[in-house]
Amino acid sequence: MDVFAPLQWLSDWLTFDLIGLARTSKAGLAVNFFLYDVPKVLILLAVVIFFVAIIRSFFPPEKTRKLLSHSRLYAGNVAAALLGIVTPFCSCSAVPLFIGFVESGVPLGVTFSFLVASPMINEVAIILLFGLFGWKIAALYVVSGLFIAITSGIIIGKMGLESWVEEYVYQIRMGDAGELPEQTWPDKLAYARSYVGEIVGKVWPYVVVGIGIGAVMHGYIPDNFLVKYAGPDNPFAVPIAVLVGVPLYSNAAGVIPLVSVLTEKGMAIGTVLAFMMAVVGLSLPEAIILRKVLKPKLIAVYFGVNAVGIVAIGYLFNAVLH
Amino acid sequence: MVIKILGSGCTNCKKLEELTRKAAEELGIDATIEKVTEVPDIMAFGIMSTPGLVVDDVVKMAGRVPSYDEVKRLIAGAA
Repeated sequence: MDVFAPLQWLSDWLTFDLIGLARTSKAGLAVNFFLYDVPKVLILLAVVIFFVAIIRSFFPPEKTRKLLSHSRLYAGNVAAALLGIVTPFCSCSAVPLFIGFVESGVPLGVTFSFLVASPMINEVAIILLFGLFGWKIAALYVVSGLFIAITSGIIIGKMGLESWVEEYVYQIRMGDAGELPEQTWPDKLAYARSYVGEIVGKVWPYVVVGIGIGAVMHGYIPDNFLVKYAGPDNPFAVPIAVLVGVPLYSNAAGVIPLVSVLTEKGMAIGTVLAFMMAVVGLSLPEAIILRKVLKPKLIAVYFGVNAVGIVAIGYLFNAVLH
Repeated sequence: MVIKILGSGCTNCKKLEELTRKAAEELGIDATIEKVTEVPDIMAFGIMSTPGLVVDDVVKMAGRVPSYDEVKRLIAGAA
């Protein structure tokens, strides 16, 4: 049974009975889509964020740093990418996190695997994809994100770019925080609740705008309209989708509702995934923040390797999945 | 007692500072509240995630904004 059936019923009632739009009209389809998806995504978000906040309390970045220090190429990259999924990361801590990793002897390439995985493989995105499209797409997303994070870290590690990190980073010495007081379960739950309020309060406009765009496309653009432009036969669709995605700064929660609409209108699945990963994983604000610790050349390499990885994943899925 | 709020000035750091001031006042603790905003100074305390709460040079919490009750316990326990 679909747990969201009551929402569908409510949305149907609001759209077709209360507002009185015709079931097959363009406006009816758009409004119905919007009224169903907005509450559904917000509910999913609230539930996911609650559990994510609790899971993350077991993986503070200080612990991750200890685990990764003196790790090696390959194994370290894999571990860093996996830890990147669960370690809380907000762009405001990117700088101290980077310095802390480098200071404790985490190799540069391993640090980058973490830096790539952390924003790109987002727990919220995983669950939203799972809830909206099923486990296959969610698994594809995780596997491709890990693949990009691991390989780009290995490439950056092999290139030996340590001198492209700002010199002062190597001079900072970190202290030892010692054992922090344990966070009790009531504390964890209270924190998770307030975190839900904070995040949902911040991302709901993205959700509404994202679903709004999706709803208009769903109702007004004919099915398969995008096949000609962004279907599997256009070799340029993937790189263009990535180029369009980078400057679009949005939260995962705002982009994911678009995924189904874009595929429904004929965009190839690999192209859609590449677009989504570019929006979520490559953001200009993050580049600006990282500029404090990385020289511009290294930021360019970071973005370049990432973008190439995302494009490659896009082509791969377009070739494999029809 | 000296309480330090570690953080480069993001909204969460301001929130933590507010909570701490309120808590110190309610508990009647005579505390000087200082802000540590420079990254090297923050890291000297051994934390990488902000905001952080330090009471008399002991790190009590890092990387989140705790609830008001938790803040009260963290600063009261040190008195």
